[in-house]
Amino acid sequence: MKMTGAKMVCEALKCEGVKTVFGYPGGAIMNVYDEIYKQDYFEHILNRHEQASVHAADGYARATGKTGVAIVTSGPGFTNAVTGLATAYMDSIPMVVISGQVPLSLIGTDGFQEIDAVGISRPCTKHNFLVKTIEELPRIIKEAFYIASSGRPGPVHIDIPKCITAQEGSFDYPTSVNMPTYKPHTKGNVRQIKKAVQTIKKAQKPLLYIGGGVTLSNSYEMVRDLAAFSGIPAVETLMARGTLRSDDELLLGMVGMHGTYAANMAMSECDVLISLGARFDDRVTGKLEEFAVDAEIIHVDVDPTSIGKLVDVDYPIVGDIYKVLQDMLPIVKENLEHGRYEKWRKLLEKYKNLHPLKYEDSDEVIKPQWAIERIGELIGDDAIITSDVGQHQMWAAMHYPFNNARQWINSGGLGTMGYGFPAALGAKKGQPEKVVVNITGDGSILMNMQELITAAEYNIPVINVILNNNYLGMVRQWQTFFYDKRHSETDLSFGPDFVKLAQSCGGVGYNVETKAEFDKAIEDAIKVNKVTFINVAVDRLENVLPMVPAGGSLYNMMLEYKD
Amino acid sequence: MNERRIISVIVSNEHGVLSRISGLFAGRGYNIETLTVAPIPNTNFSRFTISTKGSVQVIEQITKQLHKLIPTLKVMEHKEHDVDNIQKEMALLKFPDSESVADIDALSKAYNGGVVNVGDNVIVVMVADEPFRIKQFIKATEKYNPVEIVRGGVVAIER
Ligand SMILES: Cc1ncc(C[n+]2csc(CCOP(=O)(O)OP(=O)(O)O)c2C)c(N)n1
Ligand SMILES: [Mg+2]
Repeated sequence: MKMTGAKMVCEALKCEGVKTVFGYPGGAIMNVYDEIYKQDYFEHILNRHEQASVHAADGYARATGKTGVAIVTSGPGFTNAVTGLATAYMDSIPMVVISGQVPLSLIGTDGFQEIDAVGISRPCTKHNFLVKTIEELPRIIKEAFYIASSGRPGPVHIDIPKCITAQEGSFDYPTSVNMPTYKPHTKGNVRQIKKAVQTIKKAQKPLLYIGGGVTLSNSYEMVRDLAAFSGIPAVETLMARGTLRSDDELLLGMVGMHGTYAANMAMSECDVLISLGARFDDRVTGKLEEFAVDAEIIHVDVDPTSIGKLVDVDYPIVGDIYKVLQDMLPIVKENLEHGRYEKWRKLLEKYKNLHPLKYEDSDEVIKPQWAIERIGELIGDDAIITSDVGQHQMWAAMHYPFNNARQWINSGGLGTMGYGFPAALGAKKGQPEKVVVNITGDGSILMNMQELITAAEYNIPVINVILNNNYLGMVRQWQTFFYDKRHSETDLSFGPDFVKLAQSCGGVGYNVETKAEFDKAIEDAIKVNKVTFINVAVDRLENVLPMVPAGGSLYNMMLEYKD
Repeated sequence: MNERRIISVIVSNEHGVLSRISGLFAGRGYNIETLTVAPIPNTNFSRFTISTKGSVQVIEQITKQLHKLIPTLKVMEHKEHDVDNIQKEMALLKFPDSESVADIDALSKAYNGGVVNVGDNVIVVMVADEPFRIKQFIKATEKYNPVEIVRGGVVAIER
């Protein structure tokens, strides 16, 4: 069929089954927006900043497992989108971002709103394309969706010059891709899997180290099965919260810089470490020379570059965790006795009881940890929790009772303040029946607060719980611990009136200072069916503990801070 | 311990692939000593030959990262004096015509080359040999006061 490039973009999105697109128009992408106007297959959400569009597409992808889509214009539209691409890239989120570009004839002339977009996006995307002819456009879009969602997922960027969206060509959307140079490994080597199981069989102190790859590959049920059958204790990374149920006896909690004592001790003392879709990030391992020194390491990952990058691995298994576990589980069930490791589990139980997660609650002032636990009690499994970056994020990861994969959405790899609110919008669009709560900070929320308007206009009722400490709290904490309390540029006492701010955009706001007010605000926010800001005055000087200071060993945790 | 490696990469011959490869090295802090690239005749592929230095772990990451690039078809890694692999580099050198053409010509013949041009004021020499031999040649000709040296970068092929 003959049609313009702009129409092809819309038709291709339809062929990919895309129902929601986030974006922002401008000169170079206007042809596409004209076609968006004429179609009614997918809904377009006009965020009020391109960064928010990309985070929203990302939140949509994380909540649903589908590929998120965002559309932006050239130049500043694209550069605004870059933080969103980088955020998704670091966390391996499937996404396709389409940008307009100046016409081919102007490329290289410093034309109005021209920027070398593919040059900028190259290091923060899985792949990118500059479309040079109308003939290749359908194939490129097909490949973009395939690349984004296969292998180790990631964002793909397509830059389309304006002359190409105007030009007519014949549209025949490919049904399959033919890419001789891109064939992601999916099936793990079965001999290697058998060897790994034999090693687990001999282990006295095995440990499951669960990463975000388990969520990305939709394998959390098999991981639960593996843990339940074998009785092997488990730790979760920041990205993997919710893989096991929070009340699972085998779960020792989060591992790493703000991990639990038991999780970090288990990492340090295990004799076989089974890494599933985790990548040995420095925030997890602490000092590498002292990381899991006694352990033989089994590393399952779809991306060969993740294996052996930081830590020498004894049993590398390259493959999609889903397929690897499909092969591995029957072998485990044949070879392993059910629920061994009594001694090891007793020791870990001792560690759990020795230093459980704790905080000192108060009647005078709300403790941020209490607020998070309370949301858990009030909403629990019905909630999807998104977050920004800082102390509130760590407390949310530590204290919320996550019981499902895809229930916890945060920027783990890049640590992008401003991620939580737009991601919540995307999550709510993808999972409308869930209560979506963004647990945020007084610093982070301001970085995409314009999304109040988006949420109000499209009636996307997400709840923002602002744990307001009038500080860039995480930075303030490091200044307290490591910079002799020189709180350089972290005091946010001069803040907005969050209630009026929400109201001025068509939302609802609450100021909360007591536990009773907190409960009331949450209950009301669930009912009002509008976007809400719940501004919670929390203890200003609370610290996230325990903590492994950067570069320290996992077993050497700071459990308390005494002034 | 840093080791030198010659890495051959076969990639789709498409827009921007050079920047993907050079950007990978720059962004991850890997070192490139030489890089050559040209299309492979009668195919849609190009061949990059890169000589680099790094620890065993770094070299392993480099090859994996190169392989991970979407347009990459194949990555081959070779040690510097691998027997199953022929490695050559060419170089062009310019000398003032006050030096002895005969001496320079004789020397360059020993390195698989010769004088290729004698112009108004300069003598131009071409040599093509193994990379370490090219280094030796450059050292050996220092006394003839070269005014310009252009090295071509390593190319390699399996036996
Ligand atoms: C875009 C961006 N800029 C800067 C930082 C560095 N940073 C990390 S946490 C933090 C403080 C966040 O403050 P707030 O949102 O109030 O959260 P709190 O730590 O107080 O809970 C800062 C500035 C970041 N992660 N992202
Ligand atoms: Mg704060």
